[in-house]
Amino acid sequence: MSLLSLRGLTVRYPQAGVTALDGLDLDLARGETLALVGESGSGKSQVALAAMGLLPPQARVSGSVRFDGTELTALDRPALDRIRGARIGLVFQEPMTALDPLFTVGHQIALPLRAHRSFSRRRAGARARELMDLVGIRDAASRLSAYPHELSGGERQRVMIAMALACEPDLLIADEPTTALDVTVQAQILALLADLKDRLGLALLFITHDLRLVRRIAERTAVLRAGRLVETGPTARLFRDPQAPETRDLLAAEPTGRKAPVPASAPVVLEARGVSVAYPGPRRWLRAGPPRLAVEGVDLTLRAGQTIGVVGESGSGKSSLGRALLRLEPAAHGLVRFEDRDLTALDRTALRPLRRGFQPVFQDPMGSLSPRLTAGEIVAEGLRVHAPRLDAAARDARAAEAFREVRLDPASRHRFPHAFSGGQRQRLAIARAMILRPRLVVLDEPTSALDRTVQRDIVALLRDLQAAHGLAYVFISHDLAVVRALSDTVLVLRNGREVERGPTDQVLERPREAYTRALVAAAGLEGGLAQA
Amino acid sequence: MTAYILRRLAQSVPTLFIVVTLSFFLVRLAPGGPFDLERPLPAAAMENLRRVYGLDQPLLVQYGRYLAALARGDLGPSFSVRDLSVAELFARGLPVSMTLGGLALLVALVLGTGLGALSALRRGAWLDHAVTTLGTFALTVPGFVVAPLLQIAFGLSLRWLPVGGWDDGAPRNLVLPVVTLALPQVAVIARLARAGLVEVFDRPHWRTLRGLGLPPRILALHAVRGAALPVVSYLGPAAAGLLTGSVVVETVFGLPGVGRYFVDGAINRDYTLVLGTVVLIAVFVLVLNLVADLACALIDPRLREFG
Amino acid sequence: MSASPAALAFAEASLLARARRRLAGDRVARACAAVLALVTLACLFGPLATGHPYDRLYYDYPGTPPSLALYPKPDAVRPALDRLAFRMRVRAEDVSVTGAAIRATLAADKPVDPRVLTFFARSDTFGEARILGRSEDGRRLTVEAPLRSLRFLAGTDALGRDLLTRTLVAGRLSLALGLMATAVALGIGVAYGALAGTLGGRVDAAMMRLVDILYSLPFVFFVIMLVVFFGRSVALIFVAVGAVEWLDMARIVRAEAQAIRRRDYVRAAEALGLTTAAILRRHVVPNLLGPVVAFAALMVPRVILLESFLSFLGLGVQEPATSWGVLIADGARSLETAPWMLVVPAAFLVATLLALTLLGERLRDALDPREAA
Repeated sequence: MSLLSLRGLTVRYPQAGVTALDGLDLDLARGETLALVGESGSGKSQVALAAMGLLPPQARVSGSVRFDGTELTALDRPALDRIRGARIGLVFQEPMTALDPLFTVGHQIALPLRAHRSFSRRRAGARARELMDLVGIRDAASRLSAYPHELSGGERQRVMIAMALACEPDLLIADEPTTALDVTVQAQILALLADLKDRLGLALLFITHDLRLVRRIAERTAVLRAGRLVETGPTARLFRDPQAPETRDLLAAEPTGRKAPVPASAPVVLEARGVSVAYPGPRRWLRAGPPRLAVEGVDLTLRAGQTIGVVGESGSGKSSLGRALLRLEPAAHGLVRFEDRDLTALDRTALRPLRRGFQPVFQDPMGSLSPRLTAGEIVAEGLRVHAPRLDAAARDARAAEAFREVRLDPASRHRFPHAFSGGQRQRLAIARAMILRPRLVVLDEPTSALDRTVQRDIVALLRDLQAAHGLAYVFISHDLAVVRALSDTVLVLRNGREVERGPTDQVLERPREAYTRALVAAAGLEGGLAQA
Repeated sequence: MTAYILRRLAQSVPTLFIVVTLSFFLVRLAPGGPFDLERPLPAAAMENLRRVYGLDQPLLVQYGRYLAALARGDLGPSFSVRDLSVAELFARGLPVSMTLGGLALLVALVLGTGLGALSALRRGAWLDHAVTTLGTFALTVPGFVVAPLLQIAFGLSLRWLPVGGWDDGAPRNLVLPVVTLALPQVAVIARLARAGLVEVFDRPHWRTLRGLGLPPRILALHAVRGAALPVVSYLGPAAAGLLTGSVVVETVFGLPGVGRYFVDGAINRDYTLVLGTVVLIAVFVLVLNLVADLACALIDPRLREFG
Repeated sequence: MSASPAALAFAEASLLARARRRLAGDRVARACAAVLALVTLACLFGPLATGHPYDRLYYDYPGTPPSLALYPKPDAVRPALDRLAFRMRVRAEDVSVTGAAIRATLAADKPVDPRVLTFFARSDTFGEARILGRSEDGRRLTVEAPLRSLRFLAGTDALGRDLLTRTLVAGRLSLALGLMATAVALGIGVAYGALAGTLGGRVDAAMMRLVDILYSLPFVFFVIMLVVFFGRSVALIFVAVGAVEWLDMARIVRAEAQAIRRRDYVRAAEALGLTTAAILRRHVVPNLLGPVVAFAALMVPRVILLESFLSFLGLGVQEPATSWGVLIADGARSLETAPWMLVVPAAFLVATLLALTLLGERLRDALDPREAA
């Protein structure tokens, strides 16, 4: 008999006219790991919330959720409270915000023990210490009295897991438990979950958008799209021989292919020597404290048609480096040459006419588009500076052309940014850069906020544009799979310094440095998807 | 912690100094003097008075003397109320104002948090809308309209309560002034409490706590502590305002509090009384803000870096 | 750059158009706008239609309660005539009221001088008198005088002035002061805040330090002090209120300007090579517009309230000019004898404040780009 059994589970939001889940059937046996995979809007998180009675009050639930023979949807709140937190544990995505910031970690781990097991304060504290050891938090005794903001993201996620496991549940539901974490931390949390599952005989429902994680942890996989279950089966079989077209689409969304090399005779577009970024330290009563170095002495050379991938974890200084190369970072030092001009010698006014040669695309497609201008005005804005003789009609015609180039409907240029989807907004940002015919584009995590299938299309677009115009790219990303698909060379940054640099294949297949090896291992790149 | 309190108190000395200095010279810039009566005094008597109160000295000397006296805690004699010092005037008026303000604060806190919590728990229901709408009314209708209306309704028509007077703080006399004072505060606190609770309910950690199957008692503890911050930090300045009296309420209900001292003092050119009132209010604001900040730090560990 | 103002206007228009659409679909907002329009029109044109000058004293009708009735009332005509006769030193005889006029014979021991008839025209009960006949010895004069027909919809005050007219005239001042002081505070605040937020660095720190210091002063008290010491003119109230309110505006504008400058779209504009002035004009200002308009809308009721508060304390507008605060203060003093003197101006004030506040809050929500999506 299965431990968790969903039959015809449907979640609707009548006010918004949305059906988030549509007749879902799913079974999970004791001790089994089932991965639930889908892109944003597929309804995968609704499954966890519906099972635990945590949906917002506007939601209408129908169908059945049976846990160990008990119908959960029929339970009243006290009866449900005896099950959730005790027999079903939950781990959520946001490690920054999923813990109550006002209470100590020890207090929060002890909460389920005191509620479900009636442990005394002292006994709950002792058990909390054991749990901290179990989830691998060092120095448990002193960490118990710490507050969440004093812990790192990985530690917080471990605390979440400790809370979920406190009452030795039969089932653990983990909703994107590693998404907001750096890859190396992500790998550790994943290993911890796999290990705990084996040791404690847990059943695990693992909800994620990331297919690569699925292959490492789940015995069976269920694929969700637009609220419907499209395919379910053993993970290995699903990857080898996907049945549903939606599954094939998801699998094909993994970035593939390699960058074709550029002849060594191609002209140098960008040359940087000893680039540093030093932010002023925290202000102490009108005077600045000691500066904080975000980037320290980075060199790079880029030829026309080439892409350099800049890789690193959060805080590695890769975005600061990108801004410094574009001369958008007032705190930057060092030499930056664009084509034959030394940019660092120029002031803002002298720099302005040169700017059409090098353009940025930022990560957050909403934040990089002014909400008060129409899409067409945003795209055409650079022409006002660099082609001042064009009249409004000519600018508009050029904007329409740029829309077509990034495969957007030119008729949509009269709409405002909020009317576009995330992928379309990123196309707008690309069009805004491309309309100036730049030779260099600095792409700062341009695909990170997007679903894999959308990301694939953006990657394809970037490739085509590069091939058509001989563009040079600085491609900043934490996502090694995308970097591998796009870059000629890779530069690995850590704490603002270069760790390793070289041709893409060499760095990502045969890394020299331990840090790079850890990154590559954590990203699950080694074999590549096709060979697995 | 003690060091932090001491440092904060030390930091408030410059603020106090600026307030006193500005007030001192602003008061002296004004035309007229404290002894300009309808029938002018004989020149000799005027001279005498000015000498007694030190007004014959150069302005800077007077300023220095005032600061020196203030440093000793001496607020000086009142110019308009004969034979009483400013401190004695405060000793008479403050108990009245603080009784009214304290009661109003208590009422506002109890009613405001209660209504705010109810409306947060019934988000979107008619009760929530009713509380929000009434709150807008209470916040918009000024006290100098509410107070006379209350007098008409409960004093003149129903004759349940006296329309004014202090009567040694008889409870009957306190009701209408306290209601007038508390009304807008109830509305503000209800808004803050509702917003605070709604924010807690929308935070991811609330889902975590509910997912743990905790009993309502423990959930309530987490909710209240999470929502307390905006209310507590509002209470600092609000309490300072309420405890130092209200011109409107004390005028309309004819109460002998300190709320009128400032206006009366300014009209009568009672320099020491005006300055004393400014100092009194500034001290209340500084101290109560410090208390509120400390309470906030107690509630939220992230605010505890007493840098 | 010739099309740039047009484009800016377009951006603004789209923002305002969106806000207007949202407000138009909101019943409360529509009701508030209607109330405001009504109050404004009434204050502007009402005093011409009430038939009473706002400072005319009707000695016959002090403290008249509000009613639809016409004055004089029939039973008040005879006593009024007797009072008038007493002042003319005559006796009124054979009095008869016919329709809208009164006919009477004025008798005295000496010949009656026809010039006393000017008393009729000056009274609040009768109009110009006409002589119908006169006895040969001149000691009896038969006259006819029309009865006035006055209406005091909102009653009169203790001096017999029409309260409705006074309330409407007072509203002109309160509304105008509210709008103008808001404009002043807005001008200073936006300029100061935008400058600090745009310049940043040490200038910003120093400018904001000044605002912090001003904040720590008990400011309403300084307003009172200003008004008490430097005379009670409308101009001064104006300056005083503006001086208090610009601080908040400066803070909001500066915070918003800084937040906007950190956005990626400003970075992108810089990368496109736009000048600082163009970035300010095309990106910072239009995005600042929403919060500023919303805050300004909410500032108007606050300013009106502050003025009323000062006037209530007797520190504001002085006779013969009047504002709602002055009228409410008068009303509060004659609660027992004439409660309508409080209720009528208070109703106008409260309706205006409520409508402005509710409309301002809804405008703020409507202008929020996050809500507009």
